[in-house]
Amino acid sequence: MLEWIRFVAGTVFLAIGILIFFVQLAGVFRYKYVLNRMHAAAMGDTLGISFSMAGLMIFSGFNFTTLKMALVILFLWCASPVSAHLVARLETTTCGNLSDFCEVQEDKETDKEGEKA
Amino acid sequence: MKKDRFLAWLDGEEDLYEGNVEVKPQEEYEVPQEVLMERMRENKRLRERVNDVEHNREYKFFKHLYRILAVDFGILLILLLLLAVSFLPPVGHAANPDNNEVSARYIEKGLQETGAVNIVTGMILDYRAFDTLGESHVLFVAAVTVFVLLRAGKGKQEENDRIYEPKNDTILQKAAFVLVPMIMIFGIYVILNGHLSPGGGFSGGAIIGSGLILYLNAFGFAKTERFFTEKTYKRVCLFSLAFYCLAKSYSFYTGANDIHSAIPLGTPGAILSSGLILPLNICVGLVVACTMYAFYALFRKGGF
Repeated sequence: MLEWIRFVAGTVFLAIGILIFFVQLAGVFRYKYVLNRMHAAAMGDTLGISFSMAGLMIFSGFNFTTLKMALVILFLWCASPVSAHLVARLETTTCGNLSDFCEVQEDKETDKEGEKA
Repeated sequence: MKKDRFLAWLDGEEDLYEGNVEVKPQEEYEVPQEVLMERMRENKRLRERVNDVEHNREYKFFKHLYRILAVDFGILLILLLLLAVSFLPPVGHAANPDNNEVSARYIEKGLQETGAVNIVTGMILDYRAFDTLGESHVLFVAAVTVFVLLRAGKGKQEENDRIYEPKNDTILQKAAFVLVPMIMIFGIYVILNGHLSPGGGFSGGAIIGSGLILYLNAFGFAKTERFFTEKTYKRVCLFSLAFYCLAKSYSFYTGANDIHSAIPLGTPGAILSSGLILPLNICVGLVVACTMYAFYALFRKGGF
């Protein structure tokens, strides 16, 4: 009985993860602008991978491998949003016609930084 | 006080290239506006003439032919590869060609002869140590070649095309503050445990190198130059490779002449065991980490 619950739970988690990956892929190919595409891509890198890893952790049971997978999730949650943030910041600082794609809040103080959007 | 000649050579105080090798930067020259316009017009005309599908029959023909051939070639390649896969021996079959006496010996006597629980490390750093030495040298020589090709003049200002690069990014700095120590510790763990668990000098060195690169991206060259400069790179690489050479020469000498080696193998499974493998792993890891960082610094700034 417990085996069955574990199997079903793991499969559900893995399926949700794969579904999120599909949504991510669709978003990356559907959108044309960098920030939109990046939003889709970063979602898969954090949420999709954590759901897949959670499914694998349920399959693996309570052992050292599970801890390692939890650490992988933690690392990706630290690393992936930061790299996405860097790409976004580079785009907002270099894009000349940013206001064509999104609302740009005019702020005199942080005008140079361009961290809005 | 005059410095030791060897140290002076190692620190590169005397520029070997200056005066001996012609390294002249290309002189800047101005292209007249008319020539530029003429070039652009010619380009445009050429493109129009080539891409004129209505009148250019040859181009039309080749465009179709190219598409058909591309698809055909793709299908042919897929079929060939699938055919090749179907001839591969099944996985785990006892009669497979990889189950020969060499691998049998590695598996049976590897632990006893090298003292390493991880047979792969025992193989690459004991049976095939010469090969690994060559690999480390390849890394070093590649870094030196890039250094010769890409080095910028001393005291040159920061290149102008990097002004858009994120600098002093608070989020990156906070993330690096948390991640870099963990990455470093993990890299050191992978190197030191190379003979006990999967890993070793190459993978651990790559982890430490990427940690260094992350630190450099977050905090800039001013911080990393306090502990890692060209001088450090040269010294670390030279001494690691020299130690590797000497240690392995000793072990080859004793092995070839049937002399009992003075280096104890220790108990398998302990951290201080398997003779020379642990120090050699550390050497390889140092070379790999330094080379990764050096490549990044060279391609980004032309020196470090």
